[in-house]
Parts: sequence; structure tokens; C-alpha cells
Amino acid sequence: MNKLTQRIDKERLLLGIAAPLLAVVAALVVTTLVILATGKNPGAAFSDMLTYGSASDSQVYILNKATTYYLAGVSVAIGFRMNLFNIGVDGQYRIAAFFAAVLGGALTTPGWISIPLIILCAMGTGAVWAGIAGVLKVTRGVSEVISTIMLNAIATAIIAYLLQPGKLAELQAGGTVVSTKPLPQSSYFFQIDTGAAGELWGFIVIAVIVGIAYWFVLGRTRFGFDLRTVGQSESAAAASGVSVKKMIATSMLISGAIAGLIGMPTLLNDSHQFSNDFPVGIGFTGIAIALLGRNNPVGIALGALLWGFLERTTNHLEFEGYDKEILGVIQGVIVLCVVIAYELVRRYGLKRQQQRVGAELAAQAAAPTQKQEVA
Amino acid sequence: MHALCGENGAGKSTLMKILYGMQQPDEGTITVGGESVTFHTPADAIARGIGMVHQHFMLADNLTVLENVVLGAEKLYGIGGKARAKIREISDAYNLNVRPDVLLEELGVADRQRVEILKVLYRGAKTLILDEPTAVLVPQEVDALFDNLRELKAEGLTVIFISHKLGEVLSVADEITVIRRGTTVGTVKPAGTTSKQLAELMVGSELPTPETEESTVTDVALLKLDGLRLAQTDLDGVERIILDDISFTIHKGEVLGIAGVEGNGQSELVEAIMGIRTPDSGTVTLDGTDISHVPTRHRRESGVGYIPEDRHRHGLLLEAPLWENRILGHVTEKPNSRGQLLDIKAARTDTERIIQAYDVRTPGIDVTAASLSGGNQQKLIVGREMSHAPKLLIAAHPTRGVDVGAQAAIWDHIREARREGLAVLLISADLDELIGLSDTLRVMYRGRLVADADPATITPEELGSAMTGAATGHLEHAEGSAGDSAAVSAEDDEDDSR
Repeated sequence: MNKLTQRIDKERLLLGIAAPLLAVVAALVVTTLVILATGKNPGAAFSDMLTYGSASDSQVYILNKATTYYLAGVSVAIGFRMNLFNIGVDGQYRIAAFFAAVLGGALTTPGWISIPLIILCAMGTGAVWAGIAGVLKVTRGVSEVISTIMLNAIATAIIAYLLQPGKLAELQAGGTVVSTKPLPQSSYFFQIDTGAAGELWGFIVIAVIVGIAYWFVLGRTRFGFDLRTVGQSESAAAASGVSVKKMIATSMLISGAIAGLIGMPTLLNDSHQFSNDFPVGIGFTGIAIALLGRNNPVGIALGALLWGFLERTTNHLEFEGYDKEILGVIQGVIVLCVVIAYELVRRYGLKRQQQRVGAELAAQAAAPTQKQEVA
Repeated sequence: MHALCGENGAGKSTLMKILYGMQQPDEGTITVGGESVTFHTPADAIARGIGMVHQHFMLADNLTVLENVVLGAEKLYGIGGKARAKIREISDAYNLNVRPDVLLEELGVADRQRVEILKVLYRGAKTLILDEPTAVLVPQEVDALFDNLRELKAEGLTVIFISHKLGEVLSVADEITVIRRGTTVGTVKPAGTTSKQLAELMVGSELPTPETEESTVTDVALLKLDGLRLAQTDLDGVERIILDDISFTIHKGEVLGIAGVEGNGQSELVEAIMGIRTPDSGTVTLDGTDISHVPTRHRRESGVGYIPEDRHRHGLLLEAPLWENRILGHVTEKPNSRGQLLDIKAARTDTERIIQAYDVRTPGIDVTAASLSGGNQQKLIVGREMSHAPKLLIAAHPTRGVDVGAQAAIWDHIREARREGLAVLLISADLDELIGLSDTLRVMYRGRLVADADPATITPEELGSAMTGAATGHLEHAEGSAGDSAAVSAEDDEDDSR
């Protein structure tokens, strides 16, 4: 009996890996075709990606990028586990980063006070921004997809309005860049010096902590169980005593708070100010990464690393004479394939398990039945 | 007319799905009219004259009967006068009494079933598969259905009839095939067979009867409902009263049975007691404490066990493993959690215990709930709810879709807990179960408790007439009518218990 459960588990694991693998392979095939169509050599492109991507400075770059992407992926995944589609991660992290930057620029306290304050401000702002969608959904039944898209646009407008000299921003010395007041040196987050390869952002530690917390809270706590229950079946959750509405609002807040962290690696480790060139669209990247990682904390990490790798290497391809749009093609195909592959694999897995259970029970039953017939 | 009997999980539904082209067999052949065939889709089966009437009706409420019937089969006779004439013709030929232009939502369950049958005949079916057709009907309606089926048989059609209720099977079928755990264990003629023999074929054990022994009712009130009222405004702005002034008391050690045709407010009543729905007025008192405004989780923690009527929607997480399903609904209680943290190890151990104690047939606790058969899912739910020493058990159709073996086990568990002072609210469509298990019976009709009866003397037929609103007040058993031929299933059960 134990053997069978083990087999089922092993198979489940295999199936779990099958889907993303399938997607990545499909993306490779499509990319090959696209490169061929542009009259270039795909083999050379891939080998360039590999050698360039594994260089030590690329590794540091990829890890830094992945830190940001990982936080985005987790933020989206929290919603996914609840059956909520938080498209608004994008607006949430931008407005959170903006206000955190404003606060950080204004603070003159020592770093050990400022940094936590800045991070908390970002998480709070993100939570509030997501909370609006949560409250609308719970009280008025507004779809979170619609409301968060709207909130993205509103966030963009608010930032554009406040990011002007004389409002919450100032013209920088060069006279070309408008940004919030730069953070004082003391508010910089620690970095790990890797020598020639560059600086590894210290925020990766926070990302790892978030990942562990995500796994722990969802898998090991009562709260996490309730959250997953609502995600799997709202009716069963209500019958089991979970307040579905409260859960929706709470998980929206948490998702927004994590979204608030997305801008922090950039702000505290890199730019130290919020200007017009602050990275945008990472919320949408997060959706792709959460899908790719199957909402699993390790899976999301792998997804984030893959995204960082693709970005780094396709940037370099441009110098080698390839079109940089290759990046979009690969990423798009991966996401598309992942969504299809997961659904296929999930259905197949469920069916397969039912068959196995049936077969096992029939085998178990066969013995006593024969005895009866003999008697 | 061929009947198919078997425990749940025996493979009846799978067999029918294969026959109807919804699943593919690994090996073996199907022969229709002497010709070997393979069905890849239901359309293939329909083309061969096989039609299926599902247990859950596949009809659209907001369409008329005519529209429902022609839907998907517009090519046959169009959608106008010709179709209407054809429907009338079929209806008259088999005495189905279907009116083509009535809106479906105005029809009762029995009428809907006739529409389903007509729909299948309209598509030219020569072989009808009926999946548990009597599950939702009251005894009078069952008789009417059987008359219809005999009519069909007389016209040369083949009927395959799936049922758990042995009495019915014996009274209506010409031949009965019993399957157990995926193989046929025998084909018998009803003439020389008693339901006891049939049951033994099915489970290899004796037929259970839902009879309680001596009364264990105490005079300590456990659950008290007072003036519960619930109204709902539907989309057209019409206010419908769903629960109308419901009051009753269940004592410790008492089983209160509520009879009624489904959709008369039973589900809402259960949800109101569980705290899933908020009634407009009235109070719910559990063990002396007013819980009218207490959230569901708190009610469960204070000792309310809940076997929901729809286990897939309310009782299980189908894609979660069994041990997670064991936690569902009791996440705050031992052994599932300590403080805010889950105690996964203890929950898993306890799941193993439930599987042993309640005979849940599964290869392990890591398989998903969806891979278990209905009966085994239900046993898991019963085991889970009983494991938290409930004071009150709300059991809505606890043995629906459950095989005879599991049914007996579930009844035993309820009886045992009742001896120890459990109060039970039992809602069921199975009148024998209600009469056999309950200490007190109430009949619910259009949101009101319209009648009460003494389960010691009442017959299913008398209960049935109150369920359709024909009788109210205290139902007295009329002497002399007990030997009605209609009381087939009840009598059979009685015979066996002797």
C-alpha cells in the first residue's frame, strides 16, 4: 500500500516538472524557428546565450533581477492560491516604491531606523492600494481583475502628478532627470561585493525570507489552510467555517504588501531614488513567473531566475546582430505554453490517479472475492 | 427492462459512461442489435439509439419544454410546429403527459424527469439508460414513473435501470444484473429472488435496515429553533419566503427527521443552523446558548457536526489529498492544529485511523478525494464529523449515493452516537431511512413544517402525501391501508428484518 502512495507521489512530482519543461522546450523550438526565419543561425545564438549567461558578472546580474522578479511572483501567487487574479501588482509596487522613496529621501534618521521604515511604508502603501480592490470586491462584488487594472492606471497618474519639481520631486543636478530626493547614504541596503562581477544586492536575503514565509504560512498554519480552502472551493470553505469575504480582503492586503516589496531591491540597492526611469511592468512579469512556478515557492524562484537569464542573454544577443525582440517571443511562448501544459497535465494526472486507485482497489478486492466463491 | 444493481464504486456509473460513449473501455466489446460497435462520443451512442437520463437533470429552467427537447436536436424535426407535433405524439404514445409549451421552471421534479425521458425518445432512442431515476421522487411519483417505464417496454423499447433500492428493482425489472467491484457477480430473475438474496449478492452480507432500537430520547433540549424566517428577493424583484416560522426542539439522544420533496427549504434550513445563511428573524439555541449570530466556525467548534447534502460542493476539497480533507472544517480543533499551526503529522495519523475505523477504501491518504467513489467519500466525511464528538449532528442525505454496505455502517454510527446523547437533525429523501432512524418526524413543504408524524406507525405513502402538500397537521396512521401494494419497498425491508 505504501509503495503505491509513493508511486503516486513520485508520479505527481514528475507531472509537476513535466509541464514547465514542456513549455520551455516548446519555447525553444518556436524561438529556433523565429531565428531561422530572420535568416540567422539559432545554434550560435543559443551557445552565445549560454556562455554569456553563465559568466560571473551575468550571474550576479541575474540574481539581482531575480530578486525583484521573485517578490513579484510571490505577490501574484498569493492571489492565485485564493483564486484571485491580482493584476494590480504592477500599480501597487510602483506607488509603494514612490512613496517609500519620498519617505526615504525625507528621513535623516540612522539606517537601522530608516530602512525598516522605508520597507514598512512600501508594504503599507502596497497593501492599501490592493486593499481598495479587496474592499470593492467584498462589499460591492466588483471583479478584482477590473478594479486592479483601473488602479494601475490611477497609480500611474498619481505618480506622474506628484513626480514634478515643486510637488514631491526635484530636478536633479544634471538638469535632465526629475526624481524624488535621493536616499541618504545611510539608508542604502547592504550589498555583497563579488569583486569584478559586481555587487550582489542584499535584498536577496529578504526575498528568501519572503519565500520561506510564503511556504510556511500557506502550508503549515491554520490561516494558510483556510486560504487554500477558499481557493479550492468557496462553498466548501464557507461550510467549513471560513469567512470567505474576510479571507478575500485579507489575502488581497497581503498580496499588496508583498507587492510593495517589489520596488525595494531597486530603490534600496540600486537607484536610491524614484525617477521616471524606475522599472515598470514588473507586476505583469510576476504573473508570468507565478504561472511558470506553479505558485510553488521553489518553482517561482526557478521562474524568476529563468526570466533574469533570458533578459540578460537576449540583451547581449542584440550586440551580436540578432533582434532583441527575441526576448518577447521566448517569454510569450513560454507563458502561453505553460498555461496550456499545466491544464493538460493537471487533468491527465487526476484521471491517471483515479484509474490507479480503482485498479489498486480492484486488486485488493480480488482476494476476498475469490475466497467467498470457494466457500 | 434490465436493472443494474451494485454498491457505489462497483462500477455501475463507469459501465454506463462507457455505454454512452463518455469513456473508452480498455478492452471488451459492446454489441447493439447484433452488431459490434465502438462509441467515441455520446453522439455515437445516440446515433445507435442509446439515450441516457442522468441523475441530475440536464435541463434549462428558463426555456419551455419544447425548447428543452429540441435543443441540440434541431435538425430532426425543426423547432416549430413539426417538433411540437412530434412531442405530443411521443407523449401520447407513452402516456408521458408532457405539455410542450410550459416553462420548465414551473414543473416539478417528476415532470422534469418525464421531460428528460421524452428528450431521449425524441432523439430516436431505442435503449434508455436511467441513472438512479427514483432518488428524487416520492413513492407516488415512483409508481407513476414505473407505469411509464412499463409503457415503454410494451412498445418494444429496452430500459436499463440503475438503482440502489432493491425493492424497486425487484418490482419493475425483468432481469437484474448485480455488479461488485467492477465485475458482474450474477444475473437473476426477480421472480425467484428476494431483496435479501439480492443484497447478499451485492455486498456479500445481509441487507441493513434503518431501524432504531429502544428510544434514547432524553428531556434535555439541545437544539432549539424559534420562529426562523428567511425571505429572498429573486431577480424579478419578487420576494419568496424560503423559511416560514420554523420552530422545533431536538433533545439529547433524539433524531429529528425532516421529510420533504427537495427544494422546499431543507437546504436553507440547514444553512441557517450552520450559520452559512443569516435568517431574517428567529433564534437558534444550542445547548442553552443563543448562537443566532455566531459565525459558522464557532458553531462547529461548539459541537455541531455537519454532513452536507452536496459533498462535492460543501464537504470536500476534491483536488486535495485525504488528510487535508480530514482537516477541512475542523482546522482549529485537535488533532489538526496546535495553536495557530497545523499539526500535519497528527492529522495524517488520525486520517489513517478514520480510514480504518470507517472502512474508507483507499490505497492511501495522499490520493485526492476525487479519486474515491461517492460512498467512500461519504464515509470519510462521516468519520471526520464523528471524530470531534459532536453534540449535534446535522445530516443531510447522509446515505445518498452510498452503497448498501456503507449505508449500514453510517446508520450504525449515527445510532451509536445517538445512544451517547447525540442529537441529530436528519434530512433525507429516503423515506425508509427517515422512518427507520427518526424518533420524531416533521414534514416540510414550501418552507413550512406542515405536518408531524410518529415514525413507529407511519408508512412512506402517508408521509408522501404530506410531502406534496395534500395532508397537514398530525398524521395518524390509517389502519387497514398498510397492505397497499404501493408499499413495496417498505414491505420488503420489513420482511428482511424479521
